[in-house]
This record gives sequence, C-alpha cells and structure tokens, in this order.
Amino acid sequence: MIRFTVNGAQVETDLEPDTPLLWFLRDTMKLTGTKYGCGIAQCGACTVHLDGFATRSCQMQIGDLEGAEVTTIEQQGTPEAPGPVQRAWIEHQVAQCGYCQSGQIMAAAALLAEVPDPDDTQIDDALSGNLCRCGTYPRIRAAVHRAAELMREEGQ
Amino acid sequence: MSRAGKITRRALLFGTVAVAGGVALGYYVVQHPHDNPLEPGLEPGEATLNPYVLIDAEGVTIITPRTDMGQGAHSILAAMVAEELDLAWSDIKVSDGPPSAAYYNAKVAAEALPFAATDDGFLARNARAFGGSMAKVLGLQVTGGSTTVPDGFDRMRMAGAAARQMLIDAAAEETGVARADLGTRDGHVVTPDGKAIAYADLAQQAAGVAPPDEVALKSPDRWRYLGQPMERLDIVAKSTGTQVYGIDIDLSDMLYATVRTNPRRGGVVRGYEAGKAGKMPGVQMVVPVTGGAGVIADSTWRAMRAAQEIDFDWGEAPYPADSAQMWTQLEASFTESLQDSRFRDDGDVEAALAQASDGGLEAQYRVPYLAHAPLEPMNATARLKDGRLDIWASTQIPMYVMATAKRLTGLEEEHIHLHNQYAGGSFGRRLEDDFIAGAIEVAMAAEGRPVKMTWTREEDMSHDFPRPMAVSRARGVVGNGQVAAFDLSLASPSVSQSQGGRVNQPMPGPDVMIVAGAWDQPFAIPDYRVTGYRAQPMVPVSSWRSVGASGNGFMHDCFLDELIHAAGADPLQERLRLCDDPLSRGVLEAVGEMSGWSGPDLGDGRGRGVAFTLSFGVAAAEVVEVSQTDNGLRIDKVFVAVEVGRVLDPVNFDNQVKGAVIWGLGHAMNCELTYQDGMTEQRNFDSYQGMRLYQAPHIEVRALENGDTLRGIGEPPVPPAAPALANAIFAATGQRIRELPLNRQVSFA
Repeated sequence: MIRFTVNGAQVETDLEPDTPLLWFLRDTMKLTGTKYGCGIAQCGACTVHLDGFATRSCQMQIGDLEGAEVTTIEQQGTPEAPGPVQRAWIEHQVAQCGYCQSGQIMAAAALLAEVPDPDDTQIDDALSGNLCRCGTYPRIRAAVHRAAELMREEGQ
Repeated sequence: MSRAGKITRRALLFGTVAVAGGVALGYYVVQHPHDNPLEPGLEPGEATLNPYVLIDAEGVTIITPRTDMGQGAHSILAAMVAEELDLAWSDIKVSDGPPSAAYYNAKVAAEALPFAATDDGFLARNARAFGGSMAKVLGLQVTGGSTTVPDGFDRMRMAGAAARQMLIDAAAEETGVARADLGTRDGHVVTPDGKAIAYADLAQQAAGVAPPDEVALKSPDRWRYLGQPMERLDIVAKSTGTQVYGIDIDLSDMLYATVRTNPRRGGVVRGYEAGKAGKMPGVQMVVPVTGGAGVIADSTWRAMRAAQEIDFDWGEAPYPADSAQMWTQLEASFTESLQDSRFRDDGDVEAALAQASDGGLEAQYRVPYLAHAPLEPMNATARLKDGRLDIWASTQIPMYVMATAKRLTGLEEEHIHLHNQYAGGSFGRRLEDDFIAGAIEVAMAAEGRPVKMTWTREEDMSHDFPRPMAVSRARGVVGNGQVAAFDLSLASPSVSQSQGGRVNQPMPGPDVMIVAGAWDQPFAIPDYRVTGYRAQPMVPVSSWRSVGASGNGFMHDCFLDELIHAAGADPLQERLRLCDDPLSRGVLEAVGEMSGWSGPDLGDGRGRGVAFTLSFGVAAAEVVEVSQTDNGLRIDKVFVAVEVGRVLDPVNFDNQVKGAVIWGLGHAMNCELTYQDGMTEQRNFDSYQGMRLYQAPHIEVRALENGDTLRGIGEPPVPPAAPALANAIFAATGQRIRELPLNRQVSFA
C-alpha cells in the first residue's frame, strides 16, 4: 500500500508502483484537470506540484510518492472562487483550446511561489517546458505578471 | 488594437442600414429547407423556437453547431444570437446540438472555387452562391475554412431576432398589450408598466406562434456584444481545469481502451500476437479493429501499457517507403499529364523569359509533411447498448461521423447519438474520423458498457493525415529595378482528392488547394503565371490550418522577395507598387507604418522581412524582425495586419491572430514529418517541437475593416509567417533558404 496526499486529502493505493501519477490522478481520482499530452515530459500539460515543486506527473511513478504532497490545478481554486493565478488567466483571456493551461498555471504558480516578481526571462525559463500548440504565449507572459501583482496586492 | 476608420464602401453600406434602423432579411435562410432537429428530442418543459434556440425552465440554451476547438466558435456564435435575442451575457448557455443538415455550412464549399477573393465579377459571385446552395442540399455541417463567423453572421442573428419576435408575440397574447409596446431586456419581455416576463415563462406559447417571414436586425451602432470585448464563455472553465474535453468524459461502468493500427498509413495488419498483452493487469480484452487491434482495460494506463506488448505484423505502406523516394516522385510531377490547373496566365511568361538577357532567375522551393498534433491526443468514447449507440467525441464533421457509425454498427441514424465535445485543439485534424471509428469498433466488442478510447501521443503523431509535402519551380525576370515576370509551378498531392476519397465523395475538376495562396495573389506583374500539378497520391493527407496556402504562401512570397532583391528594389515598396487590390495595399501599408519600415537591413546582424498572402479572402501582411545571437537566430518582433471587413470579437481576434503567427513561425522553424520504412520518424514532441515560450516574439496586431465582406481569421495569418521569417533571415544573414523547416539550414536561439 502506497500512501500520500492529493490536494490535502490522504490517499492510499495498491496499484502497481510504476503507475504514472498522471493516470492515477485522471482515471483513479477523476481529477481530470491534469492533462495527458505526450507521456514523455515534453509538453508540460500534466504539470502538478510535488512538495511544492512543479513536476511532470507523467514521469512520476506512484511508488515513489510515499509520504509526498501532491497538489493539482483543482487546488488552485474553483470556477466560483478562482485563485490569483487563475484570475489573472481569466482577466487576460489566455486560453484558446485551453488544454495546456492547467499545466501552464501550475508551472506559473510554482514560479511565483519562489520568485514573487519574475521578469520575462525568469518566466520564459520556468514555462518553456510547457507547450501551447494554440500559441497563447504572449498572453501567458502577461498573465504571469498580472498574477504576481494580484498576489502582492493580496499579500499572499 | 487600433483600427483604420476610413470611409469605405463597407462603411457606406452599413451607414445606410444604420439610417434605416435595421435590415429586413428573409428568415427562411435560418430554417429552410430542413426541419428543426431539436424537435424530436424535446423533453417535457422544453420548447424550441428554431434550430438555434432551446428554452426550458432554466432559460435559453443557444445551439452553436460549430465545433469549439479553441477558436472560440461557441462564444461568438452565441453572441450573435444573444445580441438579437437580448440575453444577459452571464445567462448564456450553449450546446453543440445534434448533428443535422439544418446546420449546413454555406461558406465552406464556396471557398473551394477557383475565383480569387478579389474577384467580384458576376461569375464569381454566382459560383459562390451556388457553392452555398450545394452545401445546403448536401447538408454539410462542417467546421473549417475560417468560415464560422462569416457563415454564422446573418443566420445566427436572424435566429435570435426571430425567436425574440415570437416571444414578444406570445407576450402580447398573454398580456393583451400591443406588440409594438413590448420590449425585451436580458431574457425577459418587458411591458410598458415595467413588468418583466421571463422567456422561460413564454417559451411554450411562443413555440406555437408562426415564425416571422422577415426579421429586422439591429444596426451595428446598437450592438452591445458584437464588436465589443467579450469574456469567452469557456474562459473560467479553461482557467480552472474544469473544462471537460472529450478525453475527460467519465461515465459510470466505463472501460478504458487504446487502439494501435498500422503506422504505415493504409497498410494492412497481417496478424498480431497478443498473448502477453491479454494477461497484463487490468486487461479485459484485446480486440481486432480495422488495420490493427484495441486493448480494453480498467484504466487508460493499463490499456496503453498492454498495447505496447502486442506483437504486430504490419503490411507494407501503399506509398514510397522513405522521404527521399517521396521527393523524387514529387519532383517528377511537372508533366503535362499531371498538370491540374493554370488559373493565372497573364501576359506572356515564356516570351519574357526567352527575352531576358541573363535568362532570368530560377529557384526550387519545397515544404515538408506536417502533423496537426493538437495537444489533446485523439480520443473518443462510445457505448453500444440496447440497439443504441452513443458517441462522445470532438469532431468537425458530425454528419460524416454519423455515416461512419451507421456503416460500422448497421444501426439507423435515429439510434445513433453523437455528443460533440470541446476539443483540445484541432488545426484540421478532426476533419477526419478515423479515431472515432476505432472507438466504435472497440465499444462494439464491449457491447453494453461505455469505453473511452485514447490514443497515445505516439499513435497520434504517426497516424495523422498530414499537410502534404510540396515542391515548386520558380522562374522570374527583373528589369529597371522592377519585377517584370513571375512563373511558379507548384506540385503536391491533392488534399481534396485524399479527403474526398475517404468519404466516397469524388472531387471533380482541378484542386484549387494545390495553388491556393499563390495563383490568386493581387499583384499586377506584367507576365505572371501560376500552374498546379497534381502529384500521385502518397501518404494520405488532409487539411492543415490554412491548407494549400500554408506552404504555397512561403514559396510564392519568398520567390517574389528574391526577385525584388535581384531588382534592387525595396521589398515593401515593390510589393506595394505591384499590388492592384486596395484592401491588400492597406495591410501592406499598415505593417510598413507599424514597423517603421525603412528597408530590410536593421544593422548589427539584424534584419527584417515582409511577406503577404491573400487566403480565405483575407489579405494578411507580416513584418518579422530577427537578430543573430551567439546561440542562433532570435525572432524579436512581428507586426501583422489583416483585412477582415469587421471584427466581432476583438479579444479573441487578437488571440487568434497571434496564435496563427506563432503556429506559422514555429512550424517553419523546426517541424517536419519525415518517413523511413513507411513510418513517420517523428513520434512525439521531442522531435516535433514547434515554438516554445522563450522563442515567442513580441507581436503587434492590427485589424483593418475596410472591406465589405466579413471574414474569418483562424487561418489567414498563418501563410505569411514563414516567408516573412525566411525573408528576414535573408536580410540579416544574406542566406536565402528555400526549404522548410528553416532549422535544416540555420539554428534558432
């Protein structure tokens, strides 16, 4: 039995230890905000936080998660009460198809936790592993800056 | 976003309308000749006023029958209805509705005709109208060709206006107040004494009212949504991880599956050994499907893992086995018997070339196969139970999916229910239904339970119907500092033939897409010829964002740039001198102004290129600035101007244009599908990169609204991106690159 937390809730599972966290989240926990895009850590659509750090959940096997804290896009906020990064994304209307945006937001949130006021280079460095086929990059940059502002205003 | 507010023909037309206070249009266009597809499925308490308006106790649901693939189709179509029906934005609900011929796309067929967008003649106008009526008869409910906005503009507004009229009629009957004294506000009919009656309370009665023969539409100066910044209806869901895509469908008792078929597209499966796969944890069944096999398991991961353990014996590819052989075959296509079209033949190109003292300039260009690779891998969920088939999938061609389902299951269409889903991108990929067919076959094997079938990324990329490779031979003459003659011969396999063949729809006549974005460019070059050659079919191909213009724009504009440089002329000024279409001149002038154009050389290893392509009726010009850095070339800035007649959704418009520029640049930089042993060598995003955030330039967008025709913007900014970049690289480095992707010759930072 493997035990860890997902969005603060304790989970335990006896699935094969090599099951990727991505598929555990999507198929077992029904947390479908985390997306499958490539399966080889090339697109970032599956980005979650593992003990606070942005991690590609397709590469993380659940057998290695004993005692870990996993948080997903669902923990950032809800449609009724979106979190600051999500509000910045809404304000700038970043999404087109939106499929990559959970991963983009999780990567941005991890960056902002470390660097409260990132410049463009820091944003580029942190988010360039997150592929957006629709090309929303200019809005992603603007929204990260806006999220930083919102978080400062709210003292988060 | 700035606009050019010039007095134009369009402004005058709309101006007249504004004075009249609305334009009366025949309402028959909304419904005729098809029945309302919502009527058979009405639940108790629901009423429908026309195919686009469904009302229940909760309020109005707007049917937005174009697939939302990220382009914002649902939001803009809903805005058109809501504008006339008078709904509060926060109350708007949308649904794809059922597949139906009533939702035919009148514009998509019209765009495939050999008339230049700048051709306003009698023949061209009538042919376009005929194209639309053909689509109506055939019931082509298709999302594509940048047609959602122009196709929906009148119809959706009329649907909203007609429904509003019927609700007012019902309220007049109900209250005894004269119709003329009733108004509407945010989903209510309002009486002179201020009483507001919700549409929901009038719906049943309104459904019994005769639809109006004519409706008056609001003049644009009274619009409250259209033309204003709107919040996309899906933006909150897409920012909180709660948007449900096809891949997120979750049904009780659901099984999970994946399918593998021959990566040599169209090749057979001679056999397979699935003993090991069948015994793996969670695996329920390994089942044969057309061209391969599917694994059904209790989770997607277990299905995918087991599918990798199947040992397949694949048949040979029905096309040349590797890229080198494909290029050889393609380059042998410039023959009389394969000549497909010569829509442009101005002056006498042969004479001009014969008379040229230096024999003229010659060049060969080529562009590769490209995958659509939307970020959501192809998937579909299906359930066959009690003689009824349900399909949950995202498709641009719902009517064809219905036909495929009927063919596979033998069920009549009334027993097949397609629930179209939000798509995690498409770029043309979902104009094919191969992945849905695979899901249906798997569900038939697991009859009684729903099965969600998801392709791996590797299956997705190796089983695309790519944008075709193309090659061109270009010749030209310059003299007196001007471009004097231009001869372009383009060869590629026909997308129309390939796609038409898969749906048993013959496509007679020349394929305009072989020469799109080249033959119809608005340049008055004295001797000017564009010839299309239909290469033998190779890999099955399909429509990829901007279709034929995607590669032809590169080949046409770059060679024009070569001639201009050879003539010693300025790239922007010579294009302007040659351009004989005022709307097209407008976008060239705009990018000149935006970029502060003063020539291609920016000094210090920096340079800029300008490019122009007219496609889908949209004149698009782009200026790209690049600089050489220690790590390679960097794209610094892009200026883009497009002529669309009128912008209805300015925020999404800006996002679409920037996305299209990044799409065009990213693929030009580093994307290609190459073949070895009949299979793609690229299987995932490690070898098919596209543009990344750190490479994304600053992009400035300007919309011009001088034309009198409303245009769609999803595709037209793509074609000029690659040539503008290649022309900029030439300006910065002196290196003329005639082949995509550009990273075969230069590296990017």
